Amino acid sequence: MNLNELYTELILEHSQSGHNRKHLDHANCSERGHNPSCGDDITLELICDEEGTIKDASFTGSGCAISQASTSIMIDLIKGKSKEEAEKLADIFISMIKKEITDDEELEVLEDAIVFKNISNMPPRVKCAVLSWHTLKEALKNKEKS
Amino acid sequence: MKGFNVEEIRKDFPTLMQKVNGKPLVYLDNAATTHKPISVLNAMQDYYEKFNANPNRGAHFLGVSATELYENARERVRQFINAKSAREIIFTRNATESLNLIAYSYGMKFIDEGDEIVVLISEHHSNIVPWQKIAHMKKAILKYIYLNHEYRLDMEEVQTKITDRTKIVSLAQMSNVLGTIFPVKEIAEYAHSKGAIAIVDGAQSVPHMKVDVQDLNTDFLVFSGHKMLGPMGIGVLYGKKELLEKMPPFLMGGDMIEYVEEQTTTFAELPRKFEAGTPNVEGAVGLKAAIDYIEEIGFENINEQEMELTAYALERLREMPHVKIYGPIDLKDRGGVITFSLEGCHPHDVSTIVDTCGVALRAGHHCAQPLMKYLKAPATSRISFYFYNTKEEVDIFIDSLKRVRKWLGYES
Ligand SMILES: Cc1ncc(COP(=O)(O)O)c(C=O)c1O
Ligand SMILES: [Zn+2]
Repeated sequence: MNLNELYTELILEHSQSGHNRKHLDHANCSERGHNPSCGDDITLELICDEEGTIKDASFTGSGCAISQASTSIMIDLIKGKSKEEAEKLADIFISMIKKEITDDEELEVLEDAIVFKNISNMPPRVKCAVLSWHTLKEALKNKEKS
Repeated sequence: MKGFNVEEIRKDFPTLMQKVNGKPLVYLDNAATTHKPISVLNAMQDYYEKFNANPNRGAHFLGVSATELYENARERVRQFINAKSAREIIFTRNATESLNLIAYSYGMKFIDEGDEIVVLISEHHSNIVPWQKIAHMKKAILKYIYLNHEYRLDMEEVQTKITDRTKIVSLAQMSNVLGTIFPVKEIAEYAHSKGAIAIVDGAQSVPHMKVDVQDLNTDFLVFSGHKMLGPMGIGVLYGKKELLEKMPPFLMGGDMIEYVEEQTTTFAELPRKFEAGTPNVEGAVGLKAAIDYIEEIGFENINEQEMELTAYALERLREMPHVKIYGPIDLKDRGGVITFSLEGCHPHDVSTIVDTCGVALRAGHHCAQPLMKYLKAPATSRISFYFYNTKEEVDIFIDSLKRVRKWLGYES
């Protein structure tokens, strides 16, 4: 594994920038996701409107560069999307990491999040990359129920 | 150092000779597990090629030989920790199982409501979780002794926490996070003066220093074979005979019985009372070979090499502006374990980046979450030495660590 493929400029930018790292005062959906074994711990906050559109999203927490960047990039992607679309994107991302989807054209919808494709070759870091996407799915599922 | 040549020694360890990511392996995770010399591997292979039988059963040649090998290993362990009798040596799977055995057998019988169990805040989860369980079941109280700002014990704190209500004091002789070596002899003495028993977790000390159970006057000592050149799956519980005899068996079944009737059973004598089922003879044989190897090197040489590396690594780490060390800087009563954080860098990223330079270290909470919370430490990384490590390896580690912040986008 080449470190250049892992710590790309895009990933570093997102892991250090705070633009999605904040509390949302009027969040109506929030979900914590963590990997106890490695210490990545994020809380995702969403504002969904009546029609089921994700109006705003943010996160707080701490963890490695990969988990933090993956969360931030995901938030940029899902803002303005419907809950169904967001869930679909999470499924595609997880399939990409599992190498179930490898075709770049099919992955295009992930936009920037496609930079994590190579993580599938780094088993110890897979959990870091998928944490926020699993958390998103949990959040949407729990929102459904409530 | 008398007859100590680290380059020659390294040739005995096949795993240390390999390359990782095209670089020589720099293995600095010895507090987790150590590598095994060829003599240990050979001893185990030899056992399976020539013997391989259930000890204590059947009178055929193989069975008799396996029994002999198994009991020889027990006697070797007895000498190694200077126990009075080989019957005080119980083989288990690891330190964790040994602690569970004490908790369930001694704890369930002798702990009553309102009694206190005292541990250090720096304990490994294996010396916390079983006691939480016993405390919960018996409505007893689990108390923690906290450390001072030098990551050491104040006897005053020890004396306030251990009281007339204390029944058990259990602590690691050396912390697997801080590297601190605690005065277990004094603490055992104080525990006894209050009518409590003392348990020493030697998982991190027994591999690195002479531990003499009679000198420490500890009631129990536990350790794992795999952290001292031996195989995984073999551990030791030492207990004073008077105590072991009073304790009920932990696991029930074959090998630990005398007579089994339809509804009742009488149990075997020590040590078999605590060794139910077919034992890990291969593991015991490997552990004996490991002890032979360690004693041939000698604890004096082991200590000298490890302390030289620790002093050097501490010095180099302290020169780095963004490093914070969690553990004593003073080398007195300290072992070769160094836990640190690198400002702005999560240990995950640290280990991934240094791994590309062949360096194996440990990231995370090191199985001591209460300690990390108490220290308000962020997630940390840890290096830990054994006598086969070298100064060049420390240099490679430091160079690799210096690259981490750059990779993560910092200017320096
Ligand atoms: C101080 C201490 N106690 C107990 C243990 C548990 O050892 P094992 O996992 O071999 O049972 C460890 C292992 O890291 C340790 O460092
Ligand atoms: Zn991570």
